[in-house]
Amino acid sequence: MLEFSPSDYSAILLSVRVAVSATLVSLPPAFAVAYAMTFKRFRGMLALDVLVNLPLTLPPVVIGYILLMLLGQNGWLGKWVLQPLGIQLIFTWKAAVIATAVVGFPLMVRAIRTSMEMIDRNLVYAARTLGAGWFDSIFTVIVPLSVRGLIAGSILMFARGLGEFGATIIVAGNIPGVTRTIPLAIYDYVSSPKGDAMAMALCLISVILSVAVLIVHEWISRRMTSRRA
Amino acid sequence: MELHVSARKQLGTFRLEADFTVDGSRTGVFGPSGSGKSTLLNLVAGLGVPDSGRISLGGETLFDSRSGVHVAPEHRRIGMIFQHAQLFPHLSVHSNLYYGYKRCHPAHRKIRPDAVIDVLQIGHLLKRGVANLSGGEKQRVAIGRAILSNPRLLLMDEPLSAIDASLKFQIIAYLKDTCAVFNIPYVFISHTLLEMRVMADRVLTVEDGCACRLVTAEDLARGATKDAGGYINLLRLASPARAGDVHAYQWGDRHLFIADTGEPPSTLFELPARDVILFKKHPEVISARNVFSATVVKTFDMGVRQGVELQCCSERLIAEVTKKAARQMEIREGAEVHAAIKALSFRPLG
Repeated sequence: MLEFSPSDYSAILLSVRVAVSATLVSLPPAFAVAYAMTFKRFRGMLALDVLVNLPLTLPPVVIGYILLMLLGQNGWLGKWVLQPLGIQLIFTWKAAVIATAVVGFPLMVRAIRTSMEMIDRNLVYAARTLGAGWFDSIFTVIVPLSVRGLIAGSILMFARGLGEFGATIIVAGNIPGVTRTIPLAIYDYVSSPKGDAMAMALCLISVILSVAVLIVHEWISRRMTSRRA
Repeated sequence: MELHVSARKQLGTFRLEADFTVDGSRTGVFGPSGSGKSTLLNLVAGLGVPDSGRISLGGETLFDSRSGVHVAPEHRRIGMIFQHAQLFPHLSVHSNLYYGYKRCHPAHRKIRPDAVIDVLQIGHLLKRGVANLSGGEKQRVAIGRAILSNPRLLLMDEPLSAIDASLKFQIIAYLKDTCAVFNIPYVFISHTLLEMRVMADRVLTVEDGCACRLVTAEDLARGATKDAGGYINLLRLASPARAGDVHAYQWGDRHLFIADTGEPPSTLFELPARDVILFKKHPEVISARNVFSATVVKTFDMGVRQGVELQCCSERLIAEVTKKAARQMEIREGAEVHAAIKALSFRPLG
């Protein structure tokens, strides 16, 4: 029988923690970007579209390196914003969250946009003529009607977060108990002799987590469908 | 309530130019599709911003490009009924109805929800979701939702065009009744002349982006006959009584005999002006069931034909004859004629 070491357990917990945090952190900006791209016409829309979707096409390692240059001690965000505030991000679990959020962001925005594009603009107009202000109409019409996209986007982000490797290893490193997530732990086991069995065991954990996420997604969408009818 | 609009709006290659003041409670906006009617309504509701100009309602400025005033739609207290009901799909009928009511300042809440629910007969729908309502039920809930927001003015953007023809006049009745009962002035958009004549007294015509000409609904109907299928009389009749194979309806101080169509008795009928036959002398024996004497009040040009406005006791009726027939019969103002109408010529509307 295989025994997980404390650092294996912490890798599993950390993976879940990073994926959940990245999802929660990304939801508000992803909603805002999806809203702007669906309902607004503005200059620089194409530029925003390209920027948001870039992480989908760039190798994660490149994203990690860009983040490192931005947030590192000599990066302009790191040097001029983070250091004066006394914030250290690189090689902490927070860096893993940022890496995961950036890599998963386009998936989340796409999922939210898909459900937002099905909202009839006249519903928002109806809400406005009924006395709802702009914020009111967002929270009582747009959020409830794009809730499917919000859930689908969160699931995609969470699942992507569980598997994030390339960007994470560059900005957060592979520190056992601090920034070592499941994929990093598997990488370690595979590259060490006699580590195959433990790698397999962690793979199994990954499979279980992914299946659980998909079941939860399916369950939520079925419940929503039956409630609508 | 006086609505004044003098505004311009450019949308791509389309340009809307509006300049009018209406002061009635039943105003129509008439024009072909794509003429700018909806754009105009959106400007009044505050959903669109004019490039320049001024919009005011009851003396209050809602938009003025010079002084930079633009009242947000939620502060205008102008209700809107859309072509498709636009009910919130995630809310129940009850929550839809109360959406505007809850957001209305308590001082303005003059209309009681149960009164509206009563007039629109939607009490049995309250607990349902909106997805499985019929088209007519949806539009009734939408009417109730708009009215319960206690608007100063109600805008209706072709609210009947997505509704089955058989239900149209039912919804018209609900629209007219609720606005009359709760005393709400409205602006009604349509590209259908018949709807315009039933719903509006004064009509603003919109053509190629120009909304400047105000006419009465009756003048609009007479003016439109040159290119359409001729003038159509609209008769509102009451208290039918069975008389053999026809119904006898009260029309002024006499009866009109109308063929039984097998459907429940209506109150609104269409009668094409060309189906009114004129005689110089009383026709002794004739198959038409309605024969009465009338006085010519006015004649007017209808392209190739002549329009003849008749006074029949207390009621008015328009007949349509060829110009040659009008000359031969010496039809002029004050002439006495006899009019005959077949019982089958009336078309019930609802």
